[in-house]
Amino acid sequence: MKTRKISPRELPKSPTGIRGLDEITYGGFPKGRPALVCGSAGCGKTLLGLEFLINGARNYNEPGVFMAFEETPEELIANVSSLGFELDRLVEKKMIALDHIRVERSEIEETGEYDLEGLFILLQYAIDSVGAKRVVLDTLEALFAGFSSESILRAELRRLFQWLKARNVTAVITAERGDGTLTRQGLEEYVADCVILLDNRVIDQISTRRLRIIKYRGSAHGSNEFPFLIDDGGFSVLPITSLSLDHPVSSEIVPSGVPDLDEMLGVGGYFKGSSVLVSGTAGTGKSTLAASLCRAACSAGNRCLYFSFEESPNQIVRNMRSVGIDLRPFVNKGLLQIIANRPAAYGLERHLVSIHKQISEFHPSVVVVDPITSLISNADRNDVLAMSTRLVDFLKAEQITGFFISLSSAGGSLEMTEISISSLMDTWLLLRDIELNGERNRGVYVLKSRGMAHSNQIREFVLTNKGIRLLKVYLGVEGVLTGSARVAQEAKEKEIALERAQRSEAVAAELERKRMSMEVRIAAMRAEFEAEKLEAGKLISQDQRRLGRIEADRAAMALSRGKNGAVAASRGKNGKNGQARSQGL
Amino acid sequence: MITKKKKGAAKPSRAAKPLHSAKPVDEKNGWNLRLYVAGQTSKSIAAIANLKRICEQHMPVRYHIEVIDLMQKPQLAVNDQIVAIPTLIRKVPEPMKRIIGDLSATERVLIGLDLVPAKAE
Repeated sequence: MKTRKISPRELPKSPTGIRGLDEITYGGFPKGRPALVCGSAGCGKTLLGLEFLINGARNYNEPGVFMAFEETPEELIANVSSLGFELDRLVEKKMIALDHIRVERSEIEETGEYDLEGLFILLQYAIDSVGAKRVVLDTLEALFAGFSSESILRAELRRLFQWLKARNVTAVITAERGDGTLTRQGLEEYVADCVILLDNRVIDQISTRRLRIIKYRGSAHGSNEFPFLIDDGGFSVLPITSLSLDHPVSSEIVPSGVPDLDEMLGVGGYFKGSSVLVSGTAGTGKSTLAASLCRAACSAGNRCLYFSFEESPNQIVRNMRSVGIDLRPFVNKGLLQIIANRPAAYGLERHLVSIHKQISEFHPSVVVVDPITSLISNADRNDVLAMSTRLVDFLKAEQITGFFISLSSAGGSLEMTEISISSLMDTWLLLRDIELNGERNRGVYVLKSRGMAHSNQIREFVLTNKGIRLLKVYLGVEGVLTGSARVAQEAKEKEIALERAQRSEAVAAELERKRMSMEVRIAAMRAEFEAEKLEAGKLISQDQRRLGRIEADRAAMALSRGKNGAVAASRGKNGKNGQARSQGL
Repeated sequence: MITKKKKGAAKPSRAAKPLHSAKPVDEKNGWNLRLYVAGQTSKSIAAIANLKRICEQHMPVRYHIEVIDLMQKPQLAVNDQIVAIPTLIRKVPEPMKRIIGDLSATERVLIGLDLVPAKAE
C-alpha cells in the first residue's frame, strides 16, 4: 500500500510502524504531542503503546520511555517476547526505558495538599536517561485509582499534558473506557489532539477487534472503524478500503488454462492483476476451473497461492488428478502452495491478515480463494464484503491475479452473489446447472469481462480426464441441449446429413442416366439424319445428272433439226433411250 | 544516607523535654523517616514544618528525618517510586508506610504512621 505524500503544511507525524495504522492516520501520531488510546480491558492498549515505542527505537531511531502503572518491566518483557520483540535487548541498549510505578491506594495516606511533581521528575529522569522522543503512559486509570482527590489529579493531568508538549515528546496515554464515555475520567478533553478508540466485540462467538480514530486535530484521517488484530506478529490494523483507486493496470494476459475459455474471453485469458469471480451452485466445477488456472500459471513458472476453506491440500490434489489436472509436481516444486483453513478457525480479520501475510511471503502471481463465501458463516455480509474489497484492492495493488470462488445457494438468483462482490470483479464467469431429460449438466458463460470482447454464448462445461472442455451447445425447442440430449441431437444431425448425402447421390445418378439416354437418342437421330442427308445427296446428284442429259439431248435435238434425216434417226434413238432410262430408274 | 544526617537525632531529645514519651533510643530501634519534596514550594516548606512538629509531639521513639529534594536528586525518586509530592516514607519499621500531602492533617499523619495509640495515651 502506498503512503501518501505529506505536504510540508501538514502536521509532522511520528510513525507508529504498525501495519495499517500509519496508513489510516496518514503517517502516525502527531509528533511532539500527546495522543490518547482508550478502550476496555484486554483490547490491546498496552501492546499498541509498546509497539509504538519498540518500532520507534528499532526503525526510526527514536528512543522511548514506557511508564507502566500496572505491569512491571519483567512482566512487560515477558509478555511481548512471545511476539518476537526483544524488549530487554532494547532496554539494555538504552533505547527504551521501562519504568514501573506501583500506586497502591491502601498504602497511601493523604494528609493535605499535594501534587504529582514526583511523576514529572520521574518522567524527566527517564526521558533524560535515554534521550527519549516517545513516551507511553499505561494506564492512567491505575494512577487515578491511587489518589482520592480528583480535582488535584485533573489539574495535574492537564499540567502533565502541557508538560509533555513542552518536552516535545510524542506521547501515547492509554486509558480505560468508561460507561458511555470514551474514558472514565473524561480524559479526552485534555488530550484533544488525537484520540483513538479500541474495541473488542464478540459477535457469534467470534471476537473482532476494531479501531477508530475519534479525532485527529490538524490532520485528515480515516474515520471508519477499522478491524485490527493482535497475532504473533503483533498489532496490525486493516484499512477497510485502500484509500485510493489508483492501482496499476496491465494488459498482459494470464491464460485460464482452458483453451476454450480463453477463446470465449476473446483475448486469450484473464488480464494480469485482474480479479476473476466464478460463481455457481455446488458441484459445477468451480474448483476445477481454479485448478486449471493454477496449472497454467505454474506451467509458465509462476507461483500460485491457493486458499482452501473446504478441502485439505491433499484432497484437492487427488480430486484434480481425476480430471487430468496434476498439481502434485507444482506443489513439490514449490510453485503451488495450498493453504487450507477452517473458516470458523478465527475471525474474518484474522483470515484476511493471514492471507495478506502468506501473500507477502510467497509473492504469488495468482491467488485463489476457494470459496470466499464460506467466510460468511463467520460474520455478517457487510464484513465479508468489506474484507473482500480489501483483499481485491490488495491483490490489484500487488498486480496479482485473484481468482475468487463464490458458492451460490440453490434457489437464489445466480446473478446475485452472496456477498455482492461482483461489482468489484473484472471478470465474472457463471457456472450453472442445466437440468434436462433427467440429467444435470453444466453450462458456463461469461457474465462480464471488463475490457474484453467476450463471447455471449452459453457453453457446455464438460469435465474430461484431460481437463475442461467447453462445448458449443445445441439450441432446441426446449432451450439449450446438453449432455445426452446433445449427443442425441448430434446423432440425429449426422443421420440427416447422411440421408441428404444419399439422396443427392441418387439424384445425380438419375441425371447421369437421363443424360446418357439423351445422348443415345441424339446419336440415333444424327445417324438417321446422316442417312437422309446421304440419300438426299444422291437424289440431288441424279437430278443434276438428268438435268445435264436433258441439256445434252436438247443440244443434240437442235443439232438434228438442222439435218432432218438425222433428226428422225435420232428421234428413234431417243425414243429407245428414253424407254430404257425409265426402266432403269 | 540515612545515618548521614544526625540532625534528626537531636530533635526527639528536644521534643522529649516538653512531652512525656520521647526518649533517645538506639538508632536500630528507632524510626527512619524520609520526606521527599521538590524545591522550596509552599507545600514542601509546610510539610517539613508539619513533620517536625508531629514528631516532636507524638514520636514515642528515636527517629531520624531525611529530607530529599528531588529537584536536586531526581534519580532518588526511582527507588521509592515517588509520584506525589510531598511524600513521607517510613521504611523502618516494617511495613513501609507512604503518606502524601503537606502533612497538615495531623490525625491522618498519625494514622498513617500507626501513631494513634501514642496520641491516645
